[in-house]
Amino acid sequence: MKTHLIIGLLLLSLVGMSGCSGIKPWVKPYERNNLADPIMSLDRHGAAGSYIHHVYQAREGARGAEGGAGGGCGCN
Amino acid sequence: MVREVAVVVTNSSTYNMINKMPFFKAFFVLLITVNSMLMSAVAGTLPVDSVDILYHRYDGGGMEIDGPFILLRKSIGTQVSVNGHYYIDSVSAASIDVVANASEYTEERTEISAGVDFLHEKTMISTGYTNSEENDFEAKSAFLSIGQDFFGDLTKLTMGYARGWDEVGQIESDFSEDVDRQIYKLGVSQVLTKNALMGLDVETISDEGYLNNPYRSYRYFDPADENNFLTAREIYPETRTSTAVAVRGLYYLPYRASIKGEYRYFSDSWGIDAHTYEVLYVHPFGRQWTFEGRVRRYSQTSADFYSDIFSHEGANDFLARDKELSTYTGITYGGGVTYELGQGVIPHVNKLKLTLLVDYLKYEYDNFRDVTAGNGELAAGTEPFYEFDAWVTRASITFEY
Repeated sequence: MKTHLIIGLLLLSLVGMSGCSGIKPWVKPYERNNLADPIMSLDRHGAAGSYIHHVYQAREGARGAEGGAGGGCGCN
Repeated sequence: MVREVAVVVTNSSTYNMINKMPFFKAFFVLLITVNSMLMSAVAGTLPVDSVDILYHRYDGGGMEIDGPFILLRKSIGTQVSVNGHYYIDSVSAASIDVVANASEYTEERTEISAGVDFLHEKTMISTGYTNSEENDFEAKSAFLSIGQDFFGDLTKLTMGYARGWDEVGQIESDFSEDVDRQIYKLGVSQVLTKNALMGLDVETISDEGYLNNPYRSYRYFDPADENNFLTAREIYPETRTSTAVAVRGLYYLPYRASIKGEYRYFSDSWGIDAHTYEVLYVHPFGRQWTFEGRVRRYSQTSADFYSDIFSHEGANDFLARDKELSTYTGITYGGGVTYELGQGVIPHVNKLKLTLLVDYLKYEYDNFRDVTAGNGELAAGTEPFYEFDAWVTRASITFEY
C-alpha cells in the first residue's frame, strides 16, 4: 500500500511536469534577492542539522522525511 | 545498485513493467524517466568546498553523549565534489532503560562516511556509503539520489534510494542478528513567491530482521504476588514499514527575518502514528550576527504490541515495553547564534562561520511508568509515569574556501 503511494506520487510528478512545460517562471531572477538570503535556506546548519535529526531518531518512534534539501533562490 | 539502473534504463516499455517488477526497480525506472524528461531544465551547482567541525553534547535522562562531527567537502573540477564525515558518540549511560535492566556503561560509537556529488549536464547525482560501529552494533548503508532544478529554478526535485545492513550484537555473548533496510525518498522544494518557498518530503522505510533491542525486556505481573513484576526478553515483529510525509514553509518577513513552519505526519505498520510541529524564527543583525529561536512539538501513539505491564508471561505473540514505542509527547525549545566573517579575514577562506545552538528537550510519557520510583516499594503498575529532560548543545566552526 505504501509503495503504491510512492508510485502514485511519482506518476503525479510526471503528469504535472509534462503538462506544465509551457509554464514560465513567475518569480523573475531579479526578484530573488530575499530568497537568496542565507536565512531562507531550509537547512542552514549542515553537520549540526544532521546531528539533531540523529538525536530525535534515537528518542522518538517516528523517522524519515527530515528534509534538508532545497530552499534559497535557485539562483545557482 | 548502479547495475540495476543500467538494466532498467534500456527497457522502453516503462509503464507496462511497473506491475511486473519489484518495487525498487519500478522506482528507478520512474526516477530515470523523470530525469530524462527534465533534461531541458537548468542545472544545480556543486556544494561549496567547506570544512565543518562540530562539537555536540547531549545531557539528560541519565545519558551523557558527546564528541566531534567533522564534515569535509571538496570539489574536483567543475563536475565532481567529494565529501566525507567522521563522527563520534562517546556515551555514558545510566538511563532508565539501563538502570531497570542492566548496569551503567560507557561506550563509543564511531561513524565514517564517504560520498560523491556528480553534476552531469543538468542533473545532480549523489551517492555515498556510511559505516557505523560500536562494540555491540554495526550499521552499513549506501545511498543513491538524483536531484534537479527546473521551471526556471523555481522547483527542485530530489529522489533517493538507500539500503542499510545492521548487525545487532550483545556484549559478552555470541548473540548476533541482522537487519536489512530499504529507504525511498522523494522531495520537492518550490519557490512560491519572491518571499516564500515550501518543501514537501515523503520517505518510506522498510526493515526486515531482528528489530528488538536485545538489552530491553517487557514486564508482567508476578503470578505469586500481583504487587510485584517479573521480566522477560521482548519479542518484536521481524518487519516494519513506515511512511513519513513532511510539509515545510519558509517566509521572508517584511523586515530582514524569516519564519519557518513545519509539519510531519508519520505512520508505521506497528500502529505508531506521530505528529511533529515546528516553528523557527531567524533574525539577523547586520551581516555578521544571526539569532534564531525554535519550538518543536512531537507526539506519538503506542505500537499495537506495547504495554507497560502485561498480564502474564507470553501474553501476546509480540511483547514490547520499549519507551520509544509508548504513547508520549516531547517538546523542544531551542535558541542559537551564528557569527560570520567574510572574505579577506583569513587567507584562502571565503567565509568563516561560528555557530552555537542550545536546545532543551522534555519528554512526558502517558503509559510508560518509572519502575525506579518509590525505591521499589510501589505496587507493580502503580508507579508514576516517566518523564525526563535533556540539554543538547551544538558548537561548530565552518570554513568555506
